[in-house]
Amino acid sequence: MAAPDRRISLHPALVLAGALLAAGLVSHFSDHYNPYYLDVALGAGINVILAVSLNLVNGYTGQFSLGHAGFMATGAYAAAAVTMLLGPSLLGADGGTPWQQNLLFLGALAAGGLAAAVAGLLVGLPSLRLRGDYLAIVTLGFGEIIRVILQNVDALGGAMGLNGIPAYTDLFWVLAVGALTVFVVQCLVRSTYGRGFLATHDDEIAAEAIGLRTTRYKIVAFVVGAFFAGVAGGLFGHLKQTISPSGFDFTKSIEIVVMVILGGMGNTLGVILAAILLTVLPEVLRPVAEYRMIAYSLLLVILMLVRPQGLFQFRRPGRP
Amino acid sequence: MSEFLQQLLNGISLGAIFALIALGYTMVYGVLRFINFAHCDVFMVGAYVGYFVGQHVPEHTWWGGLTALAVAMLVCAVLGVLIERFAYRPLRSAPTLNVLIAAIGVSLLLENLGQHFFSATPRPFPELFPVYSWEIPHTGLLLYSNQVLVIVFTVFLLFALRFIVMRTRIGIAMRALSLNRQAAALVGINNDLVIAATFALGSALAAAGGILYAVNYPSIDPLMGVMPGLKAFVAAVVGGIGSIPGAALGGLLLGVVETFVNGSEWSTYKDAIAFGLLILILIFRPAGLLGRNVREKV
Repeated sequence: MAAPDRRISLHPALVLAGALLAAGLVSHFSDHYNPYYLDVALGAGINVILAVSLNLVNGYTGQFSLGHAGFMATGAYAAAAVTMLLGPSLLGADGGTPWQQNLLFLGALAAGGLAAAVAGLLVGLPSLRLRGDYLAIVTLGFGEIIRVILQNVDALGGAMGLNGIPAYTDLFWVLAVGALTVFVVQCLVRSTYGRGFLATHDDEIAAEAIGLRTTRYKIVAFVVGAFFAGVAGGLFGHLKQTISPSGFDFTKSIEIVVMVILGGMGNTLGVILAAILLTVLPEVLRPVAEYRMIAYSLLLVILMLVRPQGLFQFRRPGRP
Repeated sequence: MSEFLQQLLNGISLGAIFALIALGYTMVYGVLRFINFAHCDVFMVGAYVGYFVGQHVPEHTWWGGLTALAVAMLVCAVLGVLIERFAYRPLRSAPTLNVLIAAIGVSLLLENLGQHFFSATPRPFPELFPVYSWEIPHTGLLLYSNQVLVIVFTVFLLFALRFIVMRTRIGIAMRALSLNRQAAALVGINNDLVIAATFALGSALAAAGGILYAVNYPSIDPLMGVMPGLKAFVAAVVGGIGSIPGAALGGLLLGVVETFVNGSEWSTYKDAIAFGLLILILIFRPAGLLGRNVREKV
């Protein structure tokens, strides 16, 4: 007989509701926080969303994607297009009440996520038949293609990017979307269906031999990951109020991958910690700005040498 | 017609540089099965070594140019061996992903060290080699000596590499390693030595590529390697990764296609073309043009 699970378990939906409530409470007092700390916290939150969503693809499903910034860009542009093009006609000249603005922003984020998910599907269908390094390069290539296309669409500002995006992103939105991302990813990989992701990660051939459609699992992981990357992009655009294609290049993708690797692939808590750490670290290193990128890259190499499983990985990788 | 030929010539000379860089990627991939992301920064270091040697030798002389080329190839060969020794060798038995991240780390490190020591501002590259241009009669075609130089050097280095890989002991050992590393070790091949030699050769070729690139596009900066590096990797995959003729073919193809796109109204899509080509090739012929399809065994 299997030993009973003695861990205290709450219904996941309750945990999510609690997290949303806490997000509302914390952001209610956000006027009292130091604006600099608040800014860093918002950046960290967006990075957490990006890293956790990429972790579904790279960590749990074991597919190495290097194009996450491309999906983030798609979402950022789609969301900004919704608020900037539809916003004025829906809200009227006075800009609408905060409730109307938030409703519009919700729609914009959803549009950003959906646009990125569609992009994820289009990218995933041809490329997910490839494995390992090839997949890494193809996703990198797609990320760059998305960037070059954005650079060439004049309606979206071309290489100059979009300016004057309304500043709708606040602490509540970042925390709420962050909680939702963690909720969806955790529930997905812990579900019966989600075992397929882990099986694909562990041994693709064996998974296929027992009848799992590994390509479909990969595409699902890819599309869900892209969706949340798109939402994170929407948050990012409405936080910085200006986006340009060059901000979403291959360096940004690598930054997100590094968060996943440092956190330990397939370990959501570790990835969250790593995303926060890697956002705060450059801020802490600001006094030695000249050396901080050197220190950062050196740290990356040394970490791979001494702790290849990631900073916060203590269990077998790939197990929730 | 003459414009077509001119573009073709420009494309071949750009493709020859891609081919030189692609060789390094393909050799390392053949032996170790991972993408050496730091390769494109070795290319950058090569160009900078050429720049600093160029300060001490007279411009427009053959011996000055060849000295710069030789010194850069030597320095980068040593750099390549050092990178392998300290960043990749300890990870020899680790999953590919970790090596990939280490490679990205080394790449970032070289770029940031470059920005620290050489400053991020682009520098004009000295004219190391004598410069001539010939007009081919009746066609209006202009032939620049630097382009000819690139093509001649690349062909020479390709044949030298082919000789090393096919005819020397170390080359045979490299091919043995790329077939099966453990079996090669069992028959007495020193894996560490052969892998170090592979990195030395690949890095020397990258250095040559760096100088030849800088001679044709005379402005260098610490991030100059990123785009040519990515494209050269694409060239290696298009040609069939692990295959030396494949890397040369892929490089030429990419160089020519990119030059033609650059000359057309689609020029702003130039950077996307390489990746579009890559995706097409991988969908229809995943092993690359000249690669062999290896079935995965359980």
